[in-house]
Amino acid sequence: MNTTLAILAQNSAGAPDGATALINTALFYVFAAMAVGSAIGVMVSRNIVRTAVCLLMALLGVAGLYLGMHAEFLAAVQLVVYAGGTLVLIIFGVMLTNNSTFQLYRPKRLEVVVGSGLVAMLATVLITAILRSGMADRVVTSGNTYAIQTLGEALLGDYLVPFELISVLLLAVMIGAAYLAKGRRREGEGQ
Amino acid sequence: MPGVGKRTEPPGDASASPWGFRGVQIRQVDTPTLMQRVLFHGEPGSMAGLLWNVALILLVFLPFMSVFAMLAIWGERRVAGRMQCRPGPNRVGPFGLFQSVADGIKLILKEDLIPANADAVLFRLAPYLAFAPVFAAFMALPFAQDFTYEPRVSSGLFWILAILSVEIMGVILAGWASNNKWSIYGAMREACQMVSYEIPLGISIIVAVMAAGTLNMVELGKIQSGGIHTWLICRNPFVFLAFFVYFIASLASNKRAPFDLPESESELVAGFHTEYSGLRFSMFFFAEYAAMFVVGAIQVATFLGGWNDPFGLIGYYHAKWSKEQFDMGLIALNCIGSAIFVLKACGIVLVQMWLRWTLPRPRIDQVLYTCVKVLLPIACILLLGGAIWPLIVPDTVGMPWATYNPWSVADWQKAGATGALITQGLLAILVIAIKGSLIGWVAYAWFTRKTVRPRLSEAEPIAEVV
Repeated sequence: MNTTLAILAQNSAGAPDGATALINTALFYVFAAMAVGSAIGVMVSRNIVRTAVCLLMALLGVAGLYLGMHAEFLAAVQLVVYAGGTLVLIIFGVMLTNNSTFQLYRPKRLEVVVGSGLVAMLATVLITAILRSGMADRVVTSGNTYAIQTLGEALLGDYLVPFELISVLLLAVMIGAAYLAKGRRREGEGQ
Repeated sequence: MPGVGKRTEPPGDASASPWGFRGVQIRQVDTPTLMQRVLFHGEPGSMAGLLWNVALILLVFLPFMSVFAMLAIWGERRVAGRMQCRPGPNRVGPFGLFQSVADGIKLILKEDLIPANADAVLFRLAPYLAFAPVFAAFMALPFAQDFTYEPRVSSGLFWILAILSVEIMGVILAGWASNNKWSIYGAMREACQMVSYEIPLGISIIVAVMAAGTLNMVELGKIQSGGIHTWLICRNPFVFLAFFVYFIASLASNKRAPFDLPESESELVAGFHTEYSGLRFSMFFFAEYAAMFVVGAIQVATFLGGWNDPFGLIGYYHAKWSKEQFDMGLIALNCIGSAIFVLKACGIVLVQMWLRWTLPRPRIDQVLYTCVKVLLPIACILLLGGAIWPLIVPDTVGMPWATYNPWSVADWQKAGATGALITQGLLAILVIAIKGSLIGWVAYAWFTRKTVRPRLSEAEPIAEVV
């Protein structure tokens, strides 16, 4: 397992020499620890905004891992969509809905038991699946310099139909959201 | 999904697609950069390359950012003073240049207060979270063709915009963790303002990217190396208009006036940084001024020709000397290019400052109205136009220096791009006119600086405005 991680951490462009490989491996572990530690923080923290901050750190850690694999486009998407967009909206919602600012969430004992059970099950499934799939032995990197061009050509070429279908779905969601928001306002005006 | 629409030609092929990548060659990952060639004779040795990178970060970028922020704060106060018919800070050092240093020392000596009911951890974390992303954006900023920290990021422009969008979290957390109503109002305004203005900002950038066909910052600069008429702002009318959309949206995403609602001091005390004092307070200012520079630098790199001079001399000599392997000349060219780049970005920052002291602050609903109902439709129309334009008007984007001379009409005709040349020429004249009038105003302000009089006060004129 360790060797696989080290390979994953390696710079994909050319054969990296001693110090570069060492730094890459070290950075890999730093980012991985950041992602895993923050993910645990997301679960453990009782303050909902701190949870969101932990989530941000986890996302940043994963973005760092993507950068290490020369997938800077993926890292940027991770940042702009999750860290800069979704997370801001989550915090925005929390700030709008929370009554007392520093409310702490206190789970019941049953919730803790059921939650831990689910976590254990999911973790077992995921870990066995990853170990058995042989994914860990295949190093997936985008050493391709044309990475983003290839991606664009694929999205608007081979995968045009799924791409367009997804955008239709997004459009439907957007219209639905606008309709819901507008309908509620009209109701409020009527009262 | 094999089958319909399968493309077999390699991406980047000159004839592959009318939509872009027209002959734009991305540097191979393994090619050593100029500095690597000069300093390490090829691929940098492991330890030496590492030290070089660390030294660059610690001795070039970090000091650059702090010095720029200090000078910009001084400049902003001088500009404000000039616009309000008063001298501005002029006592500490020559022209008051060291005012920011004095203020910095004062801030360091202040007590680091944390409100009793604040969330102390997040309160401490927030300033760094606002500062770090802006610094990370320097990774892909192209100061000159070979003076870019990481020139190989194929989606460098997108990377910078993405990392800048993380900066919001710092402001939101600062507002929330302060446990203060005014701060939370500031944070909420920041959240909705930034999230909505990111959309016209991104779309207007895409208009320029479509005209260029690349997201790599260095490639963007190379494409614009043929003189002022090949700068992307002159490439087609849609990019020209997108420049202004981007500028307005960048003001909002930087929370600069007239969009400084998160810290509107007349309503919210000081908005999200009400509770901050001392060094943490100054971190927000460093972040703000560095973000102003980064945003201006993106604008320079994508619209205003990056490090290139208006005559295309840098591009010409760079191509010539890299063929001749004249390394010292190339380094000198890069130094000049970096100076031009920083100067252009400072020009943009100066305009941002003028606007701050000129325009009144709108309400938050007006700010959102401007975004969703004005800027967004304009940006979408520009996007559509920018997509159609290259199909109608053949252009010479990405043609290397060896094959044509951008100042020779015959070469453009040979490339079948006469229409493009005419539009670009007209737009270039427009850009020169706008720039000329801006420079004229600055010159007028400079030459009349000694004749400033307080308008409403007593007859006594200010004797010495340095």
